Amino acid sequence: MGVIPDAMLRKLQDRLRDYLSLPVRISRNMPVPEGSYERNRNQYNSTRILREILREAPADAIKIVGIIDKDMCIPILTFVFGEAQLGGVASIVSIARLRQEFHGLSPDDGILFERLCKEALHELGHNFGLIHCPDRECVMYLSNTVRDVDRKRITYCDSCDSALYAKTEPWRV
Amino acid sequence: MEPKVNILIVDDEEIVRESLASWLEEDGYEVKVAENAARALERLPEKEWNLAMVDLKMPGMDGIELMDEIRKIKPETIVIIMTAYATVDTAVQAMKKGAYDYIVKPFNPEDLSLTIRKIIEHQKLLKENIYLRKELKKQYRLHDMVSKNHKMIEIFELVKTVAKSNSTVLVQGESGTGKELLSRAIHMESPRKDEPFVTVSCASLTESLLESELFGYEKGAFTGADQARSGKIELAKDGTLFLDEIGDISLKLQMDLLRVLEEKEFRRVGGTQLIPVNSRIIAATNRDLTKAIEEGKFREDLYYRLNVISVLLPPLRERKEDVPLLVEHFLERFNIEMGKNVEGVAESAMRMLMDYSWPGNARELRNMIERAMVVTKGRMILDADLSLPQTPGVPLSNNRGKSLSEMEKEHIRRVLLDNRWNIIRSAQVLGIDRVTLYNKIRKYELKKEPVLNS
Repeated sequence: MGVIPDAMLRKLQDRLRDYLSLPVRISRNMPVPEGSYERNRNQYNSTRILREILREAPADAIKIVGIIDKDMCIPILTFVFGEAQLGGVASIVSIARLRQEFHGLSPDDGILFERLCKEALHELGHNFGLIHCPDRECVMYLSNTVRDVDRKRITYCDSCDSALYAKTEPWRV
Repeated sequence: MEPKVNILIVDDEEIVRESLASWLEEDGYEVKVAENAARALERLPEKEWNLAMVDLKMPGMDGIELMDEIRKIKPETIVIIMTAYATVDTAVQAMKKGAYDYIVKPFNPEDLSLTIRKIIEHQKLLKENIYLRKELKKQYRLHDMVSKNHKMIEIFELVKTVAKSNSTVLVQGESGTGKELLSRAIHMESPRKDEPFVTVSCASLTESLLESELFGYEKGAFTGADQARSGKIELAKDGTLFLDEIGDISLKLQMDLLRVLEEKEFRRVGGTQLIPVNSRIIAATNRDLTKAIEEGKFREDLYYRLNVISVLLPPLRERKEDVPLLVEHFLERFNIEMGKNVEGVAESAMRMLMDYSWPGNARELRNMIERAMVVTKGRMILDADLSLPQTPGVPLSNNRGKSLSEMEKEHIRRVLLDNRWNIIRSAQVLGIDRVTLYNKIRKYELKKEPVLNS
């Protein structure tokens, strides 16, 4: 949703396929749902976007993770990096705050991509039923800041990984 | 595995409920939602809620009113008030009414995570605290008695051991130290616990009345005995016979009792048939029996018969560390009996209780607390709720405002009293010479007062 470079999406596709051993497909670009815009906050409501993604999801999709360039929030929180239906089908990740320039630094595509991979794996983890992990280096650790994101590795810890392995069993290739 | 943490979200906006629930679920919390206060109150009995996140502005009952209700129904549930409009007034009101926190939407995710973790941690500590206190209490408790005094704990241990035997026990201690409670505890710890516990108060009856009370009588045994009656020894059956104030019985009855203890059988007054004694006998007294023996008022052989196992209960002034524990114990009990909710004793009032010498021991303390709980108006017992008599040995805290010479006069008066007006000894205690003491006695116009019981 919005402007996401194709190359970045293709790289993400490869990463997710390698990591999860699941077939990964890039879906067509979706317009940002109009009703999700919160005028007074100049942000987009992630819960509303999630509903829209769910409506548009192809029938054969096991899980669907949306990537958006807009800054997202929910009513009670100033922002969110992403949102997922726990044990459900859809999730969404925003790259707005993952960009170095959001924090007043010079753009760095490498760092941006690493962060995106972590957050996509994180939200997909939720879709597969995983909850936040107390291990600060596990990708399922709750990150409220990019500092938290950067401290995480691009992998699940042993216990999250084995839980995920069991959950992805039916579709693994 | 850690128990699930239950969170209830109450908000009239669906998007708020859904997004917050989703965010919290990702953190592993068990989340349920309610769209208004009425629905929330319906859901309240469903489980033990750790946390309720309540929107301030809702149609119908608002967040503050709902919080009041939650605190009544589930006082252990922590409430956070959420609002989109921050005003100091509502925040102050919410916090005053007992909200744990007040959140203005939107909230920084890092802060919300921390707030919730803090709440969960706080609750865990509270639960742990309650558990540990219960465990601790168990250790310091023997039926209706509590103590952490080492002598008392030794007695508790002894009781648990001797309860299994049939030996006679002699419980000694000042009045109000809990001699009957301890005897009941021995009974309750013994295999006889389902049998009767029969008390005879030996001091309150004349010799002949006590005799028929103990042994019972046959029809026609004396004028007025128009039908036969069993005595307390018989009524105790296979249980425990508790002879209170044994030091007060006559020498004749001492003889009769000795025979009962030796032969394990007795006759009713005016009866011929021998009745076997199966009960266990516990005797108690606040008198110094060895002194009574010296004075010829108590039979030595009976003393040794009774004193197979000897328990000496220390007076409360020698186990002051038990005062707070006993206070808590009585509060708990009277709260239930009186249907009150008194939470504790103010620090200054507790200091007064600690300073007092408790001549009437734990019983006096119990009566004091009972009275204070009747008169107190608040949730805490305050200094004014206690009716402590002015003890000799006036604690310094009571002397605030008195002048130095008043204090000196009072101190000299007391030392003289303690030393029965022996001037030389009093002067030594005071660290002054005789002449100075005489001068001060004249100056303060101190006079020898008649002392009772001396």
